Amino acid sequence: MTHTNLLTVSDLTVHRGAAKILDRVNLSIAKGETLALVGESGAGKSTIATALMQLLDGAEVEGRAELQEAGDLLSLPARQMVKLRGRRLSMIFQDAGAALNPAYTVGRQLTTTLRRNLGLTRSAAHAKAIELFTSVGINDAEARLSAFPHQLSGGMQQRVMVAIALACNPDLLLADEPTSALDVTIQAQIIRLILSLTRERGASCIFVLHDLALASQSCDRIVVLYAGQVVESGPARDVLTHHRHPYTRQLESCVVEIGRHDLVAPEGAVPPHDQMPKGCRFATRCPRALDRCAVEAPPLTPANPARTGALDHVFACWNPE
Amino acid sequence: MNALPEPKAQTAPTPGAAVFELIEVEKTFQIRPPGRRFTRETVGLKALDGVRLRVDKGTSLALVGESGSGKSTLLRVLLGLDAPTGGRALYHGRPIREARAIGRDFARDVAMVYQDARGSLDPRMTIEALIAEPLRHFNIVPKDQIKSRVAELLNRVGLPTDAARRYPAGLSGGQVRRVAIARALASEPSVLVADEAVSGLDVSTQAQLLTLLRRLQKDMGLTLVFITHDLGVASYLCEEIAIMYLGRIVETGPTDAVLNAPAHPYAAALRAAAPRFFEPMPDPLPGEIPSPLDLPKGCRFSTRCPAAQPDCQTRDPQLGRFGPARAVACFHPLASPET
Repeated sequence: MTHTNLLTVSDLTVHRGAAKILDRVNLSIAKGETLALVGESGAGKSTIATALMQLLDGAEVEGRAELQEAGDLLSLPARQMVKLRGRRLSMIFQDAGAALNPAYTVGRQLTTTLRRNLGLTRSAAHAKAIELFTSVGINDAEARLSAFPHQLSGGMQQRVMVAIALACNPDLLLADEPTSALDVTIQAQIIRLILSLTRERGASCIFVLHDLALASQSCDRIVVLYAGQVVESGPARDVLTHHRHPYTRQLESCVVEIGRHDLVAPEGAVPPHDQMPKGCRFATRCPRALDRCAVEAPPLTPANPARTGALDHVFACWNPE
Repeated sequence: MNALPEPKAQTAPTPGAAVFELIEVEKTFQIRPPGRRFTRETVGLKALDGVRLRVDKGTSLALVGESGSGKSTLLRVLLGLDAPTGGRALYHGRPIREARAIGRDFARDVAMVYQDARGSLDPRMTIEALIAEPLRHFNIVPKDQIKSRVAELLNRVGLPTDAARRYPAGLSGGQVRRVAIARALASEPSVLVADEAVSGLDVSTQAQLLTLLRRLQKDMGLTLVFITHDLGVASYLCEEIAIMYLGRIVETGPTDAVLNAPAHPYAAALRAAAPRFFEPMPDPLPGEIPSPLDLPKGCRFSTRCPAAQPDCQTRDPQLGRFGPARAVACFHPLASPET
C-alpha cells in the first residue's frame, strides 16, 4: 500500500519545550490527490506542513515522512532538503504579502527560483516567467514582472505565490490557508486555479483549511485534527456525511451556511497544552464522553472493517456516532 | 450631567422610527495621485457615491461587500467620524455630525465593537477597569455599584466573574471579543455597530459569539449594524442586508429574500462564491474590483458582470425599488420583483 503513495507520514510528533504540538500523526497522500487538513487553531495543521518542509524552528520533530524517491523528509540533511524544496515539494503561505520579499520585484523572485532550480539562462527564465504568470491568470504578464509586491493586490500576490510554487513542477504542493486573507470571489478564483494547475501537472496537494465547506468542494480526502491528533480521516464524503467522531460533527455544525437560522454553539475551548487530558483530548468538551475517555486514549479504528486500506475512513473514539 | 436611568428616552426622534437615514451620501477623499509622492495636486477618490440607506429601530442590518467596497467609510459616516462630502446622513432626523458634537448622548447611544478587539483595549488596564471606564464616563451607575455592574456585564457576555482581574493579554481571541462587546454594552446603547466582530476566529468560537450577539440583540432590543464579508454570518444574524460594491449599495432588502433570489448579478456572484458543502465550485467572477480612482463608465460592475448588456456601459443604474421591500441598482435584474 505504501508504494502507491507519494507521501507517507508516520508517527509525526512535534514537541516545543514541554508542549506536544503534534502527537503521532499518520497520513498519506496518493499521486494526484488533494487532501485537506482541517481543525481549529492550535490543532497542528500548519505545523504538519511546516515540519514537512523542514521549516519548523525550535521544535523537536520525531517520526517519518517518506516522500517517494526522496526518502524521509524529516531526517534529510539541510543540503539535500534545499534541493527538494521547489522541485519536489513547495509551499504556498497564508499571507502572500508577507511571504514575498518586498525589496525585489516579483519577476526577480520568480526567475531566481527558475534559474536556481532549473538552471535556466536569464532570457529563458524570463520567457518561462511570462508563461507562468499568464497561466496563473495575471494579465499583462510582462509588465507585472517588474512590479514590487506592494504594488499588487492581495489576490495578485497570491497568484504570484502560486506561480513561484508551481514554477518547477513539484509533485507535492502544500497550501497553508491560501485564501483566508482574501475576499470570497477572489478565494474561489485562487482555489480553482490551484486545483486546475495541480491537476494538469498530476501533482498532489495538501490544503490546510479551516472551512469545512470549502474542503468538501475542493478536496478528495479530509483529515480532521484536534489538539495535535488525527481524530478522523478518510474520503471527504465519508468523513463529512458519515462522520463517526463527535468533534467532526461539532466542527460541521458550526459552519454558518447561508439561510441557516439555528446554530448551537459548542461549549468551552481547546485545553492548553499543559492541561491536556490524559485520555482522549476531546473528552473535556465531548457530549458523548464516557468514563473511559478521560483515562484511555482511543486508537484510530476503521469505520468500515470490511474495507481496509491506508486511504480508508478511520476515526479515534470510544463512543462513536 | 447626572445619572440618566432611562437611556432610551433621549434625543427627540423625528419622523418614523429610523435610527439612521442616509440620503445620497457621498464621501470623497482628496488624495495625491498614485505614484506621485511629491506633488500638491490632489485627485478625488469617491469612497461612497450616492448611498441611500435606512436603519430602523430594533432591526439588524448586515453591510456586506469585498475590500474596497466602502463598508468602513460608511461605518465612519454612521459614527460621525467622517462628515459626508455630499448628501445627508441623519441620526433620529438630525445630521449625525451635529448630534455627535452636542453632549454625550450620541456617543452613549451608539456603541461600537471594533474589528481588532485586542487592539481596541488598553493592554495595561484590567478587564474590570476597561468595562468600568464607560460606566464612569457616562455616569451609568453610582460609584459603589460599578463593581457589581461590571460583574453583571461579564456574565451577560458569558465570561467568568474572575475575568475582571485579568488583562487583555491573558485572554483568548474569543474572550477578548466578548470583553469588547461587554464594554460596548456598558453605556446601555440602543445601537450597536460591529465591524467584522466575528472574523478571523475558529468556527466554534465564531458560533459562540454569533449566538451571543443574536441573543443580546433580541433580549435588549438593540439596533444592530453588522459589517461582514461572510454571507452565512449575515444570514444568521441580520434581518436586513445591504450589499456594497465600489462605494455604492447595489442591492438591499430582507436577508433571506435577497440571498434566496439575488437580483443584482454581483449579489448573485457573492452568493455563489460562498463555500457550500459538496456543491461544485462555481465559476468565479472574472477580474478584481476596479480602482475607485478609475471607475468604469456606466454601471460600475459592468466590467465583471456576466449579464452585462450594451446599455450597462453607458448609463449608471441607481438604487431603485424592487418589489415592496427590496431595492436594486441594476438595469437587468436576475430575479423578478415578487416575493
